[in-house]
Amino acid sequence: MPKDGGIGASTVRREDIRFLTGKGRYTADINLRGQGYACFARSEVANGRINGIDTAAARAMPGVLTIMTGEDFVAMGGNPAGWFIPNRDGTPMKEPKRPVLAHGKVRHVGDAYAIVVAETLEQARDAAAAIEADITELPAVVNMAQAVANSANRVHDEIADNVCFDWGWIEDNRAAVDAAIKAAPHVTTLELVNNRLIPNAMEPRASIGDFDSGTGDYRLHTTSQNPHLTRLLISAFVMAIPENKLTVIAPDVGGGFGSKIYHYGEEAAVLAASKAINRPVKWVADRSESFLSDAHGRDHVTKIELATDLKGNFLALRTETMANVGAYLSNFATATPTFLHGTLMAGPYKTPLVYVNVKAVFTNTAPVDAYRGAGRPEATYSIERVVDKMCRELNLDPIAVRRANFIAPEQFPYTTPVGLVYDTGNYGATLDKLVQIGKLGSFDARAKESAAKGKLRGLGLSTWVEACGIAPSNLVGALGARVGLFDAATVRVNATGNISVMTGAHSHGQGHETVFAQLVAEQLGVPASTVDIVHGDTSKIPFGMGSYGSRSLVVAGSAIVKSLDKIVAKGKKIAAHMLEAAEGEIQFADGNFSVSGTNRSKTFGEIAFSAYVPHNYPLATLEPGLEETSFYDPGNFTYPAGAYACEVELDPETGRVEIASFACADDFGNVMNPMIVNGQVHGGVAQGIGQALLEAAAYDENGQLLTGSYMDYTMPRADDFPMFNVDHSCNTPCTHNPLGAKGCGEAGTIGSPPAVVNAVIDALHRAGHTHITHIDMPLTPARVWAAMQA
Amino acid sequence: MHNFEFVKPSSVAEAVKALGAEGAQPLSGGQTLLPTMKQRLAAPGLLVSLTGISEIRGVCLADGVVSVGGATAHAVVAKEAARYFPALAALAGGIGDPAVRSRGTIGGSLANNDPSACYPAAVLGAGAMVLTNKRKIAADDFFQGMFTTALDEGEIITGVDFPVPEKAAYVKFEQPASRFALCAVFVAKFGHKVRVAVTGASGDGVFRWTEAEAALATNFSRDAVAGLSLSGDGMISDLHGTAAYRAAMVKVMTSRAVSAC
Repeated sequence: MPKDGGIGASTVRREDIRFLTGKGRYTADINLRGQGYACFARSEVANGRINGIDTAAARAMPGVLTIMTGEDFVAMGGNPAGWFIPNRDGTPMKEPKRPVLAHGKVRHVGDAYAIVVAETLEQARDAAAAIEADITELPAVVNMAQAVANSANRVHDEIADNVCFDWGWIEDNRAAVDAAIKAAPHVTTLELVNNRLIPNAMEPRASIGDFDSGTGDYRLHTTSQNPHLTRLLISAFVMAIPENKLTVIAPDVGGGFGSKIYHYGEEAAVLAASKAINRPVKWVADRSESFLSDAHGRDHVTKIELATDLKGNFLALRTETMANVGAYLSNFATATPTFLHGTLMAGPYKTPLVYVNVKAVFTNTAPVDAYRGAGRPEATYSIERVVDKMCRELNLDPIAVRRANFIAPEQFPYTTPVGLVYDTGNYGATLDKLVQIGKLGSFDARAKESAAKGKLRGLGLSTWVEACGIAPSNLVGALGARVGLFDAATVRVNATGNISVMTGAHSHGQGHETVFAQLVAEQLGVPASTVDIVHGDTSKIPFGMGSYGSRSLVVAGSAIVKSLDKIVAKGKKIAAHMLEAAEGEIQFADGNFSVSGTNRSKTFGEIAFSAYVPHNYPLATLEPGLEETSFYDPGNFTYPAGAYACEVELDPETGRVEIASFACADDFGNVMNPMIVNGQVHGGVAQGIGQALLEAAAYDENGQLLTGSYMDYTMPRADDFPMFNVDHSCNTPCTHNPLGAKGCGEAGTIGSPPAVVNAVIDALHRAGHTHITHIDMPLTPARVWAAMQA
Repeated sequence: MHNFEFVKPSSVAEAVKALGAEGAQPLSGGQTLLPTMKQRLAAPGLLVSLTGISEIRGVCLADGVVSVGGATAHAVVAKEAARYFPALAALAGGIGDPAVRSRGTIGGSLANNDPSACYPAAVLGAGAMVLTNKRKIAADDFFQGMFTTALDEGEIITGVDFPVPEKAAYVKFEQPASRFALCAVFVAKFGHKVRVAVTGASGDGVFRWTEAEAALATNFSRDAVAGLSLSGDGMISDLHGTAAYRAAMVKVMTSRAVSAC
């Protein structure tokens, strides 16, 4: 391993030097000469018909440079859904156009219908407030059950039942699953809500459009997790700007959690406005806009049934879910409740029969899309809650039941009844590790200590698997994806031996600059300090698909490995030439190219220099330069898995739940930087506990967001958590990528919510509140208390 | 935020004069007013800062009364009042976060009379006297409903005189998101008299739970509270708790405050 950190070293994050000293360069930090400031006029009603938008008074206000409304974008395309989902009967899903700015109707509070650009932000705000929008408010469609039942109130006029699609997975298995449930000795049924969340990245969305009338080129600085996807969507679907005339730059980005995967109308609007005024146009969302207009997450209502024998062996599983997609289809909105959710409903278990029905419903709320975990937390929550309930109903040990139903290590590769092939895993090993590190055997003693303080203690488990590393293009293509999901890397060895790696992944907190440098250092035997990672600028990096779905290391990292392999192969050719040996005689180890069985060798630096000073090169067989680009498309998803245990202390007088301890035994395959992996788990578990106990987006019946600020939306704080007990020693390396890595970014949000809720239910049952079989998240003090009074 | 004029007088008299101007508004710590202005929900033409007036800052003890200047920051009360009136100091030290406590002031909090604020509970619970540039107002007369007080237009809170109780405690149950009081109770015992002030729970703002006061006057213990019940009528009902929940929590927090005395 290189002295300053190769694979497996907890190298300190190099990017933190700039982040922690105020040297980060976020979109809001960028100011272009002559820029105007944009403000969006947004709907104050959830559902309304636009009769007219009078901008005359606003245009006359001081400093106003331009105002554009939905009318100005009618000729442009719409922002598309990235995945096609068929209905159960084979008909296509409904895909209403998502315009750049609302036109004809406004469909949620915060739906932007005009962009105002002025010399100053205050002038833009003043002018936006002066726009006279004649909008007739219509009854809002908020509740999904009512949306489906009442065809008079519509989000989109052409969609009578507000249903986007009604999807069955796998439809051909439906009858067999129904029959198995009907015949089963025991069926546990649970109705639950997976609460709607607002991503709340620390940095709000921001975009700067910059049209150069001299060249006809557009440049967009924007808060994106995947600049190439944004460029593709703008070029191919929305504005028809050729890709070679549009550069998208996502500089330092302060968190995304999914919400910055998507292309938003504001990005197209600032580009169009920049062209209109021939000056750059800058927009930075304020926090209130973020609450109203960022894509939200989760929001499922589910009925799940688990059929078992009386010993708790799983026989069949069936779910019916209504998934809120909000007012418009955000780019991954149709994939999240289907192929990131339905395909996971086997979990880590050998349940032989599984059927999933998902109905996606339009409502007059902000669009809902993938949020850290994306579909997999929803699946895991449903499964792990119903398993827990079944164990209570049949008076079975939740650890033993899980163990008995696990897919066994020798069964891998394992084909699930919901269309995935798990390559590897050892679920019993992570559960054993959990029992050990969580000291689950001594729970009773801790429960006594809690009781002495007047608190009820409970223990909850969750064992889970997820599909990450999104994904093989051929597989997702077969499942309806309209994009490829490969990734790309260029490794450029410069003449003096230092290295630039251009990656298609995007780092918005993950630490790629550190980890990818470790990877290069390890493979090439060079110091990590000589490696720089370049990301986020479509004019510099190869076409990659960005970061989400725990894919950076497993997909983009594998593309780096491919390029490094090519670099070594090229280096061997150069070395063979320099050392006057046959290429087959050259070995590469520890940064040196040597001739087998001799002491003749060249350092990596000498090879690099020679590549750019190619004197006497046999140019017919050896090109100068040392730079390689690779595209990597994985053979399968990766399948991280784990076992989590949560202990809670519940105050019976107030209903307040505190996390007493939280233990995680994860299988992420091979780990590159344990410290960063620990950080990812910590953050993910914090978000998962946030969902379980604290966070919820709430709209009233008129579609007004009740949780539009931190006064009412409960963001988790550090003091809500104990120190987490994290282990990732039980590794079963991924079998199909060169790193053996599985991805760790989302595990915490996926595995933790059911562990928390199971722990609370456990605490209540141990205290005799056995009538409480379920409480919907978030388990606020008021909700827990109310359940206890019932 | 809209443009505004700003003055920072150094005496109460100058401040009162400045507040006579059209569109003038007093600014103390600004922990409520400034966010409201940033959201363009308030647009005063002139802000009259009170924090430069040294005569209304600070904490002192005289004749069994703790006097707190109206423009005294929470953090200062938390530190300076700790020797004289620990329950008051603890309350001040639990408001918001360090940034809020270093800017927000007792006068600003009382003049705003947010139904979930902490200070009104201490003032009403201790039976304090609110001092203004014009008069003295007893706590029982000062709070007149949500965001409403006995203050006249342009009247400035110059200080608060707290009689120091024999025993007192403040117990807050936080609203999870804002961490304001979902309900909080200040209990103060003066010999045979007990005062119980509740904030966060009622739509009318801070109030005295007189049944609990009577029960505790004869038996100052948790048991005295156990037998009481409080109606949810008029209590706040929102995302974070129903009226019934708040009523129940008032009882729990009262009982805990008695224990903490």
